[in-house]
Amino acid sequence: MRPILMKGHERPLTFLRYNRDGDLLFSCAKDHTPTLWYADNGERLGTYRGHNGAVWCCDVSRDSSRLITGSADQTAKLWDVQSGQELFTFKFGSPTRSVDFSVGDHLAVITTDPFMERTSAIHVKRIAEDPQDQVADSVLVLQSPEGRKRINRAVWGPLNQTIVSGGEDAVIRIWDSETGKLLKESDGEVGHKKPITSLAKAADDSHFITGSLDKTAKLWDMRTLTLLKTYSTVVPVNAVTMSPLLNHVVLGGGQDASAVTTTDHRAGKFEAKFYDKILQEEIGGVKGHFGPINALAFNPDGRSFSSGGEDGYVRLHHLDPDYFNIKI
Amino acid sequence: MEVLDIDARAAKLGIDWSQVNLDSIQLPPGQDFGIESDDEAVYHDDQSEFDTGFGNIIVVDHLPVVPMEKFEKLEGVVKKIYNQIGVIKENGLWMPVDPDTKMTLGYCFIEFNSPQEAQNAKEKSHGYKLDKSHIFAVNMFDDFDRLMNVKEEWEPPQARPYVPGENLQKWLTDEKARDQLVIRSGPDTEVFWNDARQKNPEPVHKRPYWTESYVQWSPLGTYLVTLHKQGAAVWGGADTFTRLMRYQHSMVKLVDFSPGEKYLVTYHSQEPSNPRDASKVEIKVFDVRTGRMMRDFKGSADEFSIGGPGGVAGASWPVFRWAGGKDDKYFAKLSKNTISVYETETFSLIDKKSMKVDNVVDICWSPTDSILSLFVPEQGGGNQPAKVALVSIPSKVELRQKNLFSVSDCKMYWQSSGEYLAVKVDRYTKTKKSTYSGFELFRIKERDIPIEVLELDNKNDKIIAFAWEPKGHRFAVIHGDQPRPDVSFYSMKTAQNTGRVSKLGTLKAKQANALFWSPTGKYIILAGLKGFNGQLEFFNVDELETMATAEHFMATDIEWDPTGRYVATAVTSVHEMENGFTIWSFNGNLLYRILKDHFFQLAWRPRPPSFLTAEKEEEIAKNLKKYSKKYEAEDQDVSLLLSEQDREKRKALNEEWEKWVMQWKSLHEEEKLARQSLRDGEVSDVEEDEYEAKEVEFEDVIDVTEEIVQESM
Repeated sequence: MRPILMKGHERPLTFLRYNRDGDLLFSCAKDHTPTLWYADNGERLGTYRGHNGAVWCCDVSRDSSRLITGSADQTAKLWDVQSGQELFTFKFGSPTRSVDFSVGDHLAVITTDPFMERTSAIHVKRIAEDPQDQVADSVLVLQSPEGRKRINRAVWGPLNQTIVSGGEDAVIRIWDSETGKLLKESDGEVGHKKPITSLAKAADDSHFITGSLDKTAKLWDMRTLTLLKTYSTVVPVNAVTMSPLLNHVVLGGGQDASAVTTTDHRAGKFEAKFYDKILQEEIGGVKGHFGPINALAFNPDGRSFSSGGEDGYVRLHHLDPDYFNIKI
Repeated sequence: MEVLDIDARAAKLGIDWSQVNLDSIQLPPGQDFGIESDDEAVYHDDQSEFDTGFGNIIVVDHLPVVPMEKFEKLEGVVKKIYNQIGVIKENGLWMPVDPDTKMTLGYCFIEFNSPQEAQNAKEKSHGYKLDKSHIFAVNMFDDFDRLMNVKEEWEPPQARPYVPGENLQKWLTDEKARDQLVIRSGPDTEVFWNDARQKNPEPVHKRPYWTESYVQWSPLGTYLVTLHKQGAAVWGGADTFTRLMRYQHSMVKLVDFSPGEKYLVTYHSQEPSNPRDASKVEIKVFDVRTGRMMRDFKGSADEFSIGGPGGVAGASWPVFRWAGGKDDKYFAKLSKNTISVYETETFSLIDKKSMKVDNVVDICWSPTDSILSLFVPEQGGGNQPAKVALVSIPSKVELRQKNLFSVSDCKMYWQSSGEYLAVKVDRYTKTKKSTYSGFELFRIKERDIPIEVLELDNKNDKIIAFAWEPKGHRFAVIHGDQPRPDVSFYSMKTAQNTGRVSKLGTLKAKQANALFWSPTGKYIILAGLKGFNGQLEFFNVDELETMATAEHFMATDIEWDPTGRYVATAVTSVHEMENGFTIWSFNGNLLYRILKDHFFQLAWRPRPPSFLTAEKEEEIAKNLKKYSKKYEAEDQDVSLLLSEQDREKRKALNEEWEKWVMQWKSLHEEEKLARQSLRDGEVSDVEEDEYEAKEVEFEDVIDVTEEIVQESM
């Protein structure tokens, strides 16, 4: 089917997120307003106004009532999804890069960038049931051993017992979310060689996939941090996602934004590439963006996915029936 | 000794440390009291003293034997002789004296400042006649050990037992008749078999930092040459690559083989210290098998080029052009107003002199015969016409020449079997404001070498590329205007009349700027490199039909394998993205694709010409079905095997995955309750949740407006 082009942002996209029911799609971009869309027809529902910098990441609660966003304006904000009202602002001394609600939505993990004297850190905040009771204090703060290197993504592990992080130092770390102890680090031999740009977990929290500028994506066991699979492509990977329905993974990326203008758009390979999760073989690609792909998200029903590019567009793809019969 | 011990000892001796200036203490030379110096400079000094060796000392024999009274006089004479040749070191002359007879022993040692001077002194003064009975015998001190061991009686040199060498052409006997190719990427140089059946390359040899700049196959594929700081080296062997020979040429930049791979030409140029001077060029010619240097040429770059834009900072490469044929008999060099032709028996000029040809700008050998074609442009503002001539070597007889008028430039293209020569002539139009092109076609093998003039249908078309069919009688031309030029095919024969050129056909508006004939002829690739993003068209010239069109995006290089079965297209690291190569079948099927970052070079290993006669080849071509049966059966076996292996691999991977997933599933099940409590008792997990459709009726007053409706009668 023809993709639906959603032009609501004026700057490059940074992140995409579906709610659990798969009827809403949240998009973040370097302009200051996260936007909410109908995941079915791409109609714009509304925006969340209040940030004063690029918005890097967002997450939505299980019941689709709360939205949390992290922004370069050094804050993370809680929103009421339905009314678009700002509920609370967490202030940090440095830009916030990623946010993630825990199972049960009582906790959120927020990462902050190294900025001035501050080193990169992972903060755990308690999210109050009633926004009136919300406090700004962190339950736990984790410091990366590589403090000057940015942490690009941190997510909750199974049962909120661990936190998994990955960033510019190309190392994946698993932390104990209770004590803050560093439990595991990915093996330098088999791990990524260049900064990790993205991290997405499976629906059942059993495994996760990381994308890196070293032109590969890797699949890991979330409990043991064993490397399961490696997917190689020809361009740096900026975004990864996994199909919840089939054994497919999707990689998005493209050459560095600074080199884009000097080459033909075909040279950049701004394709969302589908790989067989098990055989690690390329199945196909979805072209369309004329800049690198920065964000990818699969609808929880597995029947559509959307991609967000440096070009400022969100492309919503409903997958053809043929897609579900691919045999390789 | 510990510091505490030292303090204790000092106290015992009544020495106040603070009063002692440690630097003022001097140990007797050679005495270190058992303490090793940690002063590194000491070691270094020793080292440098040691390195000088005895290379700068000569031994002068057959001096007169004189008593002590005449010692100084003799010393003076010897000093006078050798001071003229080099600088003798201070106290560098030592004439030993027999302690019993107080007479000199008839020889002396002289130490010079440098080994070069010593060498020079040895060469110049050996055999110097001091007087009738005293003729100097001069030797290097370093040679003495060797000279002392010379046996009194001459022994006939032992015939070395014959050691059969490796079969350097073993790669040709590959059972699957595959071809090899070498690639360079990053620091690695790798040689592969092109295994088109398995659809991947099979490694033969890989070596990081094998070469310091590039690698090159010899023309018949026997050797692979690598370049290093110290010189060039050739590699080859039966099963792997071992070093067969080294050729010393410091800082070698370029190499070139003679067509029969008997000789290797190496080139080195040095930037001048003064930018106005021409750069210094040194060229050496080696015998490939023995490694002996046959001749070297030194000079400024001007002597090796004729002005025009050169290759690598200096002369245009190759400086020496080898005559065609396998016997490597002649090579020629073009310089200002002269053509120097050397022959390889003596490595000297033919007839001891160069050919004078005023203003010659280009020469070209026939690929098979010793015929040289040369081009002289117009002189004197058009008073003297331009000239293309064919000269036979070694007789230097002009076989044919043609004068051409109002010519701006000429380019010569020999057909690979030396039968035809095409000269592309750019002429000025009447107004002299623009140029147009035509061809002069020479038929070398016919009597009197007839020349035919060919003009394109549209005279004003620009010619973008020209290529002869290898071993054939056809050629292809790309002409017209970018970005969509036309491609025309011509034959030197017509159906009825063999002596006339005829046009076979024209393809209109093709995205092509380069032509690549298959080495066996018949097929050609029309390629659009660079600006055309790597468009490829595989064309059959016999049938004049396109077999396939394809694209290797941004391809920079195209190379046919020596048998004409496969084609490699490559993106080398002039681009940053998508470096790597793709192998196609001759008819444009993509076989496989290899990506390598920092991909620099790809080269097929050439094959020597086939031993089959032309008749035999024709016979095989006619009965191809009979011959190909065996290979088709093999192909089938391989593809069956491949799919079998593939299936098994997939099965294993799938099973492994299933195992993982089961593990996760059971864990997930166990943790179900824990998850529930985290979610405040909400039961449903995403995946086990059956959606319940609840119908909710919802009424809302959106807007209320009142309108007065007028009743109209």
